[in-house]
Amino acid sequence: MSSTAFEVKAYPEMWESLNMDVPRFDKARQMLGEVYGKMYLSQPDRPQNMAYFDEMISEIFGGRIKEMLDVKKTGKPVVGTFCVYIPEEIVVAAGGICVGLCGGSQGPIPDAEKILPRNICPMVKSAYGFKAGRICPYFQIVDFVYGETTCDAKKKTWEILDRLVPTYVMEIPQMKNKRDKTLWLEEVKDFKAKVEEVCKTSISANDLAGAIKVINDKRRALQRLTGIRSANPAPISGKDALLIEQIAFYDEPVRFAQKVNALCVELEHRIANGEGVAPAAAPRVMVSGTPMALPNWKVHNLVETAGAVIVNEESCIGTRYFKDLIDENTSDIDSQLEVLTDRYMQIDCSCFTPNNERVDQVLKEYKDSNAQGILHYSLQFCHTYNIEEIKIREACEKEGIPYLSIESDYSPEDVGQLQTRIEAFLEQIRG
Amino acid sequence: MRVGIDLGSRTIKVAAMCNGQLVDHQLAESGFDPYGQSMAMIKKYEAEKIVATGYGRHLAQEHFAQEVITEIKAHAIGARHFFPDCRTVIDIGGQDSKVISLDEQGRVANFQMNDKCAAGTSRFLEIMAATLGFRLDEFGPAALESQNEANINSMCTVFAESEVISMKNRGIPRKDIARAVHLSVVNRLVIMLSRVGFGRKIVFSGGVARNPCIVHMLHEWLGEAKVESSPAPDLIGAIGAAIHAGKC
Ligand code: SF4
Ligand code: SF4
Repeated sequence: MSSTAFEVKAYPEMWESLNMDVPRFDKARQMLGEVYGKMYLSQPDRPQNMAYFDEMISEIFGGRIKEMLDVKKTGKPVVGTFCVYIPEEIVVAAGGICVGLCGGSQGPIPDAEKILPRNICPMVKSAYGFKAGRICPYFQIVDFVYGETTCDAKKKTWEILDRLVPTYVMEIPQMKNKRDKTLWLEEVKDFKAKVEEVCKTSISANDLAGAIKVINDKRRALQRLTGIRSANPAPISGKDALLIEQIAFYDEPVRFAQKVNALCVELEHRIANGEGVAPAAAPRVMVSGTPMALPNWKVHNLVETAGAVIVNEESCIGTRYFKDLIDENTSDIDSQLEVLTDRYMQIDCSCFTPNNERVDQVLKEYKDSNAQGILHYSLQFCHTYNIEEIKIREACEKEGIPYLSIESDYSPEDVGQLQTRIEAFLEQIRG
Repeated sequence: MRVGIDLGSRTIKVAAMCNGQLVDHQLAESGFDPYGQSMAMIKKYEAEKIVATGYGRHLAQEHFAQEVITEIKAHAIGARHFFPDCRTVIDIGGQDSKVISLDEQGRVANFQMNDKCAAGTSRFLEIMAATLGFRLDEFGPAALESQNEANINSMCTVFAESEVISMKNRGIPRKDIARAVHLSVVNRLVIMLSRVGFGRKIVFSGGVARNPCIVHMLHEWLGEAKVESSPAPDLIGAIGAAIHAGKC
């Protein structure tokens, strides 16, 4: 066995009981293991505490599913989401589990294209295809999914997805005026009512305070990791950090935060000893843009294979998910829901207009992470990020920040082209 | 002796230089075995250093090249060799087209490349020439003779080809269609030039730099800025790589 052999564990009986397309899914499982072995285990000087996250991938289709089934047996729901605007604190307060279902792989896209238009975002197609092809255990296990009205591709797909799995939709406004907050708060209350109804429970101020603390702690752990990545030489690869940010969407939050903090302790030692995963001279790149859902490691892999290191992800699977916390100093449910809504209104997704806070945030993260260039990443056909890219580019030009913009999907066909563009970008940074 | 090798998607180019002078060069089809082909091409040199560029650069590095640079950087260096004050380079290669802007020192400041699709590349022109029954070397001159406006709207080679076929069937003279094909390539270049920004002196490299119609149309659009077709336009990347080899 080579040092890069890796297996994602198989649980065929459990998959059968979840009404999955087992033979097809098993092939996908094997492929994931192979790709992971090649891209992840081959990295030099990985921190020892990455072992837990390797295990999370190994058990992604088994151990973690079993844990979720156990929770379901107690009558609590598993809720699927596609956006960081869905307040997971409320699900956790009711004793349920929140799981991110965004699709990051090419495999299910042909299933989706049998019904959805081809020229929409690959993340939406991938997610829909996972359900249509019955090749994602998380999609099979959820009691219902909660979509939102962010981009057009998503909000119209919910109507079609509802035929396969009960799909509720939370209305997210498009602007951030006072009246938008009023609407939003109402929506948060409706969401809470829906979750309470399914859980046959009523969420107390105490429950919600506990959940806010749990999720804040998870976000704090991820903030700590991000801060650590600003060190040079980089103590952890961008690929590993992205993986952790991806796992944040399906792991048990308390344990996850503990493991991230344990990793941070190890990384702080590394920094103290001047150790890193890349030489101090390696170009430091920050990624900004659309989320990279598991197992979308395409850009990180290209950048780091070319000798650079990624030090930050300004993205929903990245800082946009954890940069803001909820005020923990409120005790009655009404004010808790207020501060919760305030926190969610700070998310700077390009679906909003105007969204100038994001430009400032990108520049801030660039400075904080000690990056030397910004790579803007937009999924193909994601209009909001693709158009907002203009403003990010202009800001980078103004600040003299080396900048590259990439629009891509999950297919491998543009890898050669991207490699050239990325290497040329790194040549620019190296000077 | 320093050798630069440019393993492009369709052809392999080699430039050998001594003391900043081009002493030898070769050009061959990549064929099915670009590795074997490049070995055959470089074996005659006693090179102190070989630098590879182009799509096959990493293959070359695995086997014989000491260093790789991207074709973006190679073209920037190569163009500056012939035109020391140029600030913009256009290169149209087999499978891609690019526009590169340089800073005063000749470093790459910004660049654009076409996306996945072959439209706007020399491959595109070849396919369209064949569809219209022209040899490649006749294609540009024929298009230049046309005085009639016609347009191809499609952004994709496959659709553009069916557009060309339907134009033929509507009885539009093939010279006019040829002009429309050229115009569509220039329109793409213009978009890239506008995105990158360009100076008063633009160097045009790649085989398409020999196409008189593309050059003419570019001049018309650019007005004051001057397009210089580079000498040995196919070799700019290889020359850039050889010069880079000399620097180290
Ligand atoms: S990018 Fe926007 S729509 Fe997508 S998950 Fe993030 S907040 Fe939601
Ligand atoms: S990446 Fe863009 S298009 Fe895709 S789901 Fe998110 S907001 Fe919508």
